[in-house]
Amino acid sequence: MPSLKDLKNKIASVKNTRKITKAMQMVSAAKLRRAQEAAEAARPYAERMNAVMAGLSASVGTSDSAPRLLAGTGKDQVHLLVVMTAERGLCGGFNSTIARLARAKANELMAAGKTVKILTVGKKGREQLRRDLESKMIGHIDLTEMKRVGYVNAQSIARDVLSRFDAGEFDVATIFYNRFQSVISQIPTAQQIIPAKFEGASTSALYDYEPSEEAILADLLPRGVATQIFTALLENGASEQGARMSAMDNATRNAGDMIKKYTTIYNRSRQAAITKELIEIISGAEAL
Amino acid sequence: MAVQFDLVSPERRLASVQATEVQIPGADGDLTAMEGHAPTITTLRPGIVRAVASDGTKAFVVVGGFAEITSTGVSVLAERAVPIEESNGSLMDAILEEARALASAALPEDKDMAEKMVADVLALRAQTGH
Repeated sequence: MPSLKDLKNKIASVKNTRKITKAMQMVSAAKLRRAQEAAEAARPYAERMNAVMAGLSASVGTSDSAPRLLAGTGKDQVHLLVVMTAERGLCGGFNSTIARLARAKANELMAAGKTVKILTVGKKGREQLRRDLESKMIGHIDLTEMKRVGYVNAQSIARDVLSRFDAGEFDVATIFYNRFQSVISQIPTAQQIIPAKFEGASTSALYDYEPSEEAILADLLPRGVATQIFTALLENGASEQGARMSAMDNATRNAGDMIKKYTTIYNRSRQAAITKELIEIISGAEAL
Repeated sequence: MAVQFDLVSPERRLASVQATEVQIPGADGDLTAMEGHAPTITTLRPGIVRAVASDGTKAFVVVGGFAEITSTGVSVLAERAVPIEESNGSLMDAILEEARALASAALPEDKDMAEKMVADVLALRAQTGH
């Protein structure tokens, strides 16, 4: 049976924890709104880009002169997994779900006899994957210093990936991130970016291309990769804040329950001590 | 007698207005799009996009990207776009430095393209007067 003092300390400490989790939840709520706005603002560009690329790749994709970024290297031996996670923890299952998906994919590829290379963005994913896949890691991109991810960050990641592709380091690249659905639901997603795949209906209008279709495609494909990475970064940012918000909401509620439970125990044992003392006094008086 | 002009960068939408004509710095030369233009997709060289509307002209410095022209609208997707009033020397320096870095890292077959890009940036700089 813990002493009254211990219980009192325990209650005070849980109360402090509750204050912190409550504050974190509110901070996340504000950040989430900003992250969602950023994702919203980036949508028109990504959508147009995708539509044009879909049209272009549909018309050029089948020819022999198609750029390697679109047609691929003709092999799928070496896979690059770009695992995008958060820089911070305390956001529920956010980082684990991405890491789990990436690990499953890596194991599946390795079982099929493929070579796997891993590039991590965000230190939480690296920490989780390092345990069993450290030998596969070829690089890490740190965004700790970034208050807000900008297109520049996506560009530098894309440049890194593209230069590795040009150097023949891998055949297929896939990015892993959480797609934002709602505050309580984020969907871990794997998306192949090289060779590029563009979904959606192509624009039906027939366009004149200036310069040639091939030249435009060659110019746009690297930008397309950067755009896809940027979209993923933004989705990830919103997901992280959403996940943290619901995780902290849970934590706050749990702390409340805990306080209630400990307060009951505290009151009970205080009452027991009082009763015990009374009995002692009364039985002492009777003995006289 | 107007076209819908949209200018979007990856991070935000910069303009969405009705314009009578839009001047675009295409990779193969400047072009002006007005209503009824043949559908065209062109890549951009570093330059200035101007949208002429009844209430004045809006100009933007754009680098990288493409323009999609249809008979009723022009959408410019620029990797970097800044209203011309907000452009300044340090921005130009940054763009120029980027272009030079690309030029020096370019493979021999892309060298010409990269050097043209540097020249385009220098011309753009002269145009904006920074």
